[in-house]
Amino acid sequence: MSNTPADLKYTKSHEWIRVEADGSLTVGVTDHAQEALGDVVFLELPEAGRQLAAGEACAVIESVKAASDIYAPVAGEVIAANQDAVDAPESVNTDAYAAWLFKIKPANAADVSSLLDAAGYEAEIAQ
Amino acid sequence: MNAPVCHTPLHATHVAAGARMVDFAGWDMPVNYGSQIEEHHAVRRDAGMFDVSHMLSLDLEGADATRWLRALLANDVAKLKTPGKALYSCMLNEDGGVIDDLIVYRLSDSQYRIVVNAGTADKDVAWMRKHIALTGANVSLSARRDLAMIAIQGPNARTRTWQTLPELRAGSEALTVFSGVQIGDIFVGRTGYTGEDGFEIALPAERAAAVWAALQAAGVAPCGLGARDTLRLEAGMNLYGQDMDESVSPLDAGLAWTVDLKDEHRLFVGRAALAVKPASRRVLGLILEDKGVLRAHMRVFTSAGEGETTSGSFSPTLEKSIAFARLPLEVEPGTSVEVDIRGKRLKARTVKLPFARNGQALV
Repeated sequence: MSNTPADLKYTKSHEWIRVEADGSLTVGVTDHAQEALGDVVFLELPEAGRQLAAGEACAVIESVKAASDIYAPVAGEVIAANQDAVDAPESVNTDAYAAWLFKIKPANAADVSSLLDAAGYEAEIAQ
Repeated sequence: MNAPVCHTPLHATHVAAGARMVDFAGWDMPVNYGSQIEEHHAVRRDAGMFDVSHMLSLDLEGADATRWLRALLANDVAKLKTPGKALYSCMLNEDGGVIDDLIVYRLSDSQYRIVVNAGTADKDVAWMRKHIALTGANVSLSARRDLAMIAIQGPNARTRTWQTLPELRAGSEALTVFSGVQIGDIFVGRTGYTGEDGFEIALPAERAAAVWAALQAAGVAPCGLGARDTLRLEAGMNLYGQDMDESVSPLDAGLAWTVDLKDEHRLFVGRAALAVKPASRRVLGLILEDKGVLRAHMRVFTSAGEGETTSGSFSPTLEKSIAFARLPLEVEPGTSVEVDIRGKRLKARTVKLPFARNGQALV
């Protein structure tokens, strides 16, 4: 069964978001998503400095089965991408919450309140 | 289309094992039981098994069986000299397009076992019945939905099968590649769709779950359609509906080797169309040299013009992305080409198929 840590935020499109102490957001894909995707073999992540609109397709995750887009949870600027995950895409399968993909500085800190909490995401994937 | 979903006799077994199930041609089938890549390696290195009960076995019987098949199929069953020998063939429409690809086993001059794809089974049977009526051939065709089919594949597949079903050993030990034999209530074919040695067995549906469990206990790994797809891709084997269909000539789908034109008097369905429509494309493998994953329907740019991928994925054996591509005839193996992946042109090189067989990378 997939797990959904209570200290993270989520999107309907299966990203998880951790709000860091400095207000930046760390983004990855959920355990539910990695399970559905199967073996991940390739990641294409946004470059630091890129400005993202909320919901913009900004990264690609490819499993053996298929390619899927990853969406910006809120508007903001990319401040880092995880090269370790790019070099070892299978780390997303091993631990989806350790294998973060990119970090965003949100354009508007209040946007975070629009994200789902763990219970909301669980309800979403139960449908 | 909301056709009812079909279940194989092993459906409950897959669900109980926690398999991820997907719709495949109207059948609710396991795509993987855990890691697709591990399932792939199990087949290349040891032994894995696939539920292929969604495919349909057909029994053809009658005095005209050989003559009728020679007129129906693009490959020539007359080359099957010994009982049990099997042949891979396309069944074409009048325009030379591929209705289906199938395997036919010659059991005797008047008896054949034919195995067709799941998604095309109804269409195939209708086409065959129409052809029987048209030709007035003395043959009867019966669909064997009473049978389950399990493909046991890998270097240790036969040994594990004999451990599990010792009664098959004596009768199947001497089976050569691409032949089959009926032993009791089980039909054993030394065939497969993975590029590895192994068997495909057809058995009464009610025995399937027990045999599956016993094979698993003997160390045969359950494998889903996901691994089946990457295995057949590495092995250079076409998938119907993806690498060819009714709009594509076998000559343009890398299947010229299955079209037998030797006997000029054998006027099989589609032959006249092929004669006036020579090959316009060749099929080669692609290996992606940049990072990324090749998929179907990507544009390929060569110095001789554009082509298109028909199947693509990540190859667990090569640890690179691979694809089949339909390319201009002038393109040779070993050529550098570019593939459009999400608007970027990435480097790939062409190779002769297959990419891997019998546990070994060949490129």
